[in-house]
Amino acid sequence: MTQNPDTYSAAGEVGAVLEKRTFWTRLKLDLKKSPWSARFGMVIIFIYAMLAIFAPVFAPYGEAQVFPTPYAPWSSEFIFGTDQIGRDIFSRLIYGARNTVGIAVATTFLAFLIGGALGLIAAINRSYIDQALSRLVDVFMAIPSLIFALVLLSIFGSTVLNLIIIIAVLDSTRVFRLTRAVAINVVVMDYVEAARLRGEGLGWIMRKEILPNIMPPLIAEFGLRFCFVFLSIAALSFLGVGIQPPTADWGSMVRENASLIQFAQYDLKAGLTPLLPAAAIALLTVAVNFVVDWFLHKTSGLRDEQ
Amino acid sequence: MNVHPVTKTILERLGLGLATLFVVSIIIFSAIEMLPGDFGQAILGQAATQETVAAFRRELGLDQPAYLRYLQWVGGALQGDLGTSFSGRNASGIDRSRAVVDLIAPRLWNTLFLAGLTAVIAVPIALALGVSTALFRNSVYDRTVNTATLTTISFPEFFVAYILILLLASLYPVFPSLANVDDSTPLAERAFRTALPALTLTLVIVAHMMRMTRAAIINLLASPYIQMARLSGASQTEVIIKHALPNAWAPIATVIAFNLAYLVVGVVVVEVVFVYPGVGQLMVDAVTSRDIPVVQGCALIFAITYILLNLIADIIGIITNPRLLHPK
Repeated sequence: MTQNPDTYSAAGEVGAVLEKRTFWTRLKLDLKKSPWSARFGMVIIFIYAMLAIFAPVFAPYGEAQVFPTPYAPWSSEFIFGTDQIGRDIFSRLIYGARNTVGIAVATTFLAFLIGGALGLIAAINRSYIDQALSRLVDVFMAIPSLIFALVLLSIFGSTVLNLIIIIAVLDSTRVFRLTRAVAINVVVMDYVEAARLRGEGLGWIMRKEILPNIMPPLIAEFGLRFCFVFLSIAALSFLGVGIQPPTADWGSMVRENASLIQFAQYDLKAGLTPLLPAAAIALLTVAVNFVVDWFLHKTSGLRDEQ
Repeated sequence: MNVHPVTKTILERLGLGLATLFVVSIIIFSAIEMLPGDFGQAILGQAATQETVAAFRRELGLDQPAYLRYLQWVGGALQGDLGTSFSGRNASGIDRSRAVVDLIAPRLWNTLFLAGLTAVIAVPIALALGVSTALFRNSVYDRTVNTATLTTISFPEFFVAYILILLLASLYPVFPSLANVDDSTPLAERAFRTALPALTLTLVIVAHMMRMTRAAIINLLASPYIQMARLSGASQTEVIIKHALPNAWAPIATVIAFNLAYLVVGVVVVEVVFVYPGVGQLMVDAVTSRDIPVVQGCALIFAITYILLNLIADIIGIITNPRLLHPK
């Protein structure tokens, strides 16, 4: 670079060597620095996502296809055997990724939509709406959500739609709390005031002024909430009041095949069968936790104290 | 009025707890309000005549305004009457239903026994692990315990339960896999049969309590007075046991109470896995058959326990806070 001493500026020199980083190069750099646990988590999540999206391609048989031998042992024909009415467990595991994870993702999105929107409104508004919502959320959080969900399911009945709505509403309380807490610090900023003064509406302030500034904690919370929602739905399905048969779902699969565990002494593979869907649930939860951990660490800027 | 600030805060918390209980009871009560209009027919069966349905609705008090029924329901609940179950009724009008209290009472004792046994095992383990990992921070021991607890936190309860069944009941039959106890089971036998469910719950809650204990102590170790103690020559053990722990009791007590409250919910899944005759299993069965009075009764008991334990945690936190005890 030729330097002209008359028009020299430090910014110009820095600008000459400054490399414009696109979103993807930054992502690549971040990934290069990620710890093994986060990489492991991301690989697992990617595999689950692929299985869920392309379930019919990967699964050798249909979701509810019944074969003549119930409780067939592990074989080349049925990789993990068949269940109590003769459905291929391997296929159902793959379809379960689609159903169980899909429903959990939908529920988490709904919870964030409700909790996030109300939280932002409460933080911006700070009037009686804030008071009313906050007290309501306090009461909701005073009842254990599993018990609350059981009560509501007994009233409205166990359908997938009811399940999604009930869990989403119960979980939106925690999203509300977090959103409100982080948004309150942003609402008092001058640029929000400026936006208000130039007459922007509530929707604009929520989306364009506040939301971009509270994204990191919300994204991390999304991961943790997903785990929680996923585990609650699995627990409810396991109890028999969640996702109903014949839909392939990991929680109910554990319940349906639980009796096989008694035969572990004679055939270890049969004993392991009911643990497979449970392990699938646990693995995804661990994977998401690893990634969230790394993300939190990265965005908080904190270093490990030694 | 000159009230001690601690008393004042505690009274405030108590008031808040009562208010929460009130709202919660309204929510649970309104479960019966939200049922569809023809539920009487659904419960008594298609063959039920209009008269029997009407009689059933009258028995539930559905011909009275809601607030009156709420008062009757709460009054009854306070005197130990939670209504009668929907099951056991049929179209002919013959009533074989049982009182909800009779269904819940024996099971409540079982559930409390399970929760109590778990607490007795889990709390000392969690405290010992928490203090020792804080003591040997960043050692191999600390990292191992940390990784292990992080993993168990991510596991659903039934996964832990079935792994334990596979290992300790099926492959190496040490404990029974079904925890069938009744009133006549002697205490030792009862504890033996309840071992696996209690162990499952222990694994689930120890992780949480241990991590919080560790965090509470490590948090305190950063405060200036600990540095002062260190500079005056106290050893690491002395610093943790004598200086850090007394100030960590409040957060630790809160964590324990909170986890015991969590136990109340955790028992539901575990009871179903081990076919343990507790309130949780009763509630799940009632939800499946949509037996609303039983669901209400169980939910009320769970909610009250949960709120009470959280209230106790709060109050312990206030009482043990030295800054509140010695007002300026």
